[in-house]
Amino acid sequence: MTIDRRKFIKTAGLASLAGLVGKNVLGQDVSDVIEPGSFDRLSGLQSPLQARRWAMAVDIGKCEKQHDCTKCIDACHLVHNVPKFDNPKDEIKWIWKEPFEHAFHEQENEFQKTDLIHSTPLLFCNHCDIPPCVSVCPTRATWKREDGIVMMDWHRCIGCRYCMAGCPYGSRSFNWRDPRPFIEDQQKDFPTRMRGVVEKCTFCDERLAVGLLPACVEACDVGALVFGDLEDPESNVRKLLNNNFSIRRKPGLGTQPEVYYIIS
Amino acid sequence: MIEKALRGNSKYWGWIGFLFIVIFVGLLFYLRQFGYGLGITGLNRDVTWGLYIAQFTFLVGVAASAVMVVLPYYLHNFKAFGKITILGEILAIASVVMCGTFIFVDMGQPLRIPNIFLFPSPNSLMFWDSIALGGYLVLNVIISINVIASEKKGTPPPGWIKPIILLSIPWAISIHTVTAFLYSGLAARPFWMTAILAPRFLASAFSGGPALLILLVFLLKKFTRFDPGREPIQKLGLIVTYAMSLNVFFVLMEIFTAFYSGIPEHLDHFKFLYVGLHGNTTLVPWMWVSSILAVISLTLLYIPKARNNEAVLGFACVTVFLSIWIEKGLGMVITGFVPNPLGEVTRYWPTFTETMITIGVYAVGALIVTIFYKATLSIRGEVSV
Repeated sequence: MTIDRRKFIKTAGLASLAGLVGKNVLGQDVSDVIEPGSFDRLSGLQSPLQARRWAMAVDIGKCEKQHDCTKCIDACHLVHNVPKFDNPKDEIKWIWKEPFEHAFHEQENEFQKTDLIHSTPLLFCNHCDIPPCVSVCPTRATWKREDGIVMMDWHRCIGCRYCMAGCPYGSRSFNWRDPRPFIEDQQKDFPTRMRGVVEKCTFCDERLAVGLLPACVEACDVGALVFGDLEDPESNVRKLLNNNFSIRRKPGLGTQPEVYYIIS
Repeated sequence: MIEKALRGNSKYWGWIGFLFIVIFVGLLFYLRQFGYGLGITGLNRDVTWGLYIAQFTFLVGVAASAVMVVLPYYLHNFKAFGKITILGEILAIASVVMCGTFIFVDMGQPLRIPNIFLFPSPNSLMFWDSIALGGYLVLNVIISINVIASEKKGTPPPGWIKPIILLSIPWAISIHTVTAFLYSGLAARPFWMTAILAPRFLASAFSGGPALLILLVFLLKKFTRFDPGREPIQKLGLIVTYAMSLNVFFVLMEIFTAFYSGIPEHLDHFKFLYVGLHGNTTLVPWMWVSSILAVISLTLLYIPKARNNEAVLGFACVTVFLSIWIEKGLGMVITGFVPNPLGEVTRYWPTFTETMITIGVYAVGALIVTIFYKATLSIRGEVSV
């Protein structure tokens, strides 16, 4: 897709604005305005974080030292209005902890390093380079951006759940019922969802757009989550991966996950 | 033509009335689901498809099975099928309509279904499946209407219909192949990711579908003056025998591959089906019943004396149909999700609401079959009004 909905709305909005006043509010020429990122500058926000290939590294060791810490999960689920259900049947989760033997189901090893075998790695959408969910979606309600983020359009999704069948990582959740009554502290600056659509982690595309790191990364005090551009050799995430042993979930499927787990 | 379906005796109207009540009840339950969301079903985050999608898959098979009467009759000019071919085509129409309805009731946002056509996605097998099924419905409606109309006029069907009928033959194969691809192309689900899934689907379709057709013909014989004679029934019985043999053979191949290779991610699904996994034995009794029914059916079908007896053949067809319904309408879809990609076992069982909606959709199919069979037989003067 060469132009996504967000870009279109920005461009159309700015074009109509420019058409009304001839020049935009800052007195710039129209040609200066209609370019990527210009909307965010105009609106007085920080310039967006951009990358050619976003990736996340999870340092399992660092994370495990903070036993029972759920700061990243809480932060994510708060800013994204993720509902909290008491029963697992209706459950929706964008990030969660899973016992190692489930998270790395293919890494069957009874005598694995003890601390690793008892670890509960953080799971989210892997933002695969070759995402099966995107291939199977019959309405292109989920798609991959040029920077690698696998996006979701909750207004186009028909709720067929083919993407959930296609995802080899169990990263997607479905709104089995109206989620709104189950949002504890609703944030006004992020949409809520309606029943009948699929949702998942989007690497905080809405925060990246205004120059902020993903909420989970920001919430982690110990630096167990490192986010950055893999194509940039100077990025933290790239350096970290170059200097440490890391694994990915189900690499054999060829989906090329962009979430890496550092084993220290 | 359809006016013929508006005249009938009290038994006919009683049956029609009963179907309308079942459809109405199903509709009421659907409205509950529409208001609450799919959470009213037994589905959950791990088992995301269940009874609805399984019925869809099963009925695509019934729809495709019309080819088992169409091909011998039109391609090989096998005259004995002359009287029952149209019945197979009408059954196909009813099945495709049910398929569409099952997809509709399974959608989280059913009113957005046009998005499939507004944003066509050739990457998605669902896009191709909707084209395959839609096309098959159109083909069969055109064929059936013209064949019935020419029967009414007492003339042979128009010449231009022949190529359309011939096209419907590979098209029938395609609908079930594409439906199998919907599953077998998913790396996330080892249970479905098997090249034999499409052949298996076709084999189960070509046994279950004709078995149902035989049973429908028996019902028509009982309640109307319709009688196609012995030969087409016996030939259909033979088709059921071969197709059911292939189906069981394919299932055994799957079981061999899974158990001998012993790869857990393949094996676990079969364990879940036949012995239970992590204490979950939801489907185990069903699958054993299905297996026993398959053995009984093949035993009866293999003995010519038994198969030639219409009462025994009818019983064998019931066992074939039930065996395949359990295998495809319950086991096939649910097991793809158990265990989930993380190796966890989550229980799924249809809720009451889900079951009532399912029965309602089947009633829609039964209504279509009834009305069109009635119209066809009335035109032929085979129904006493």
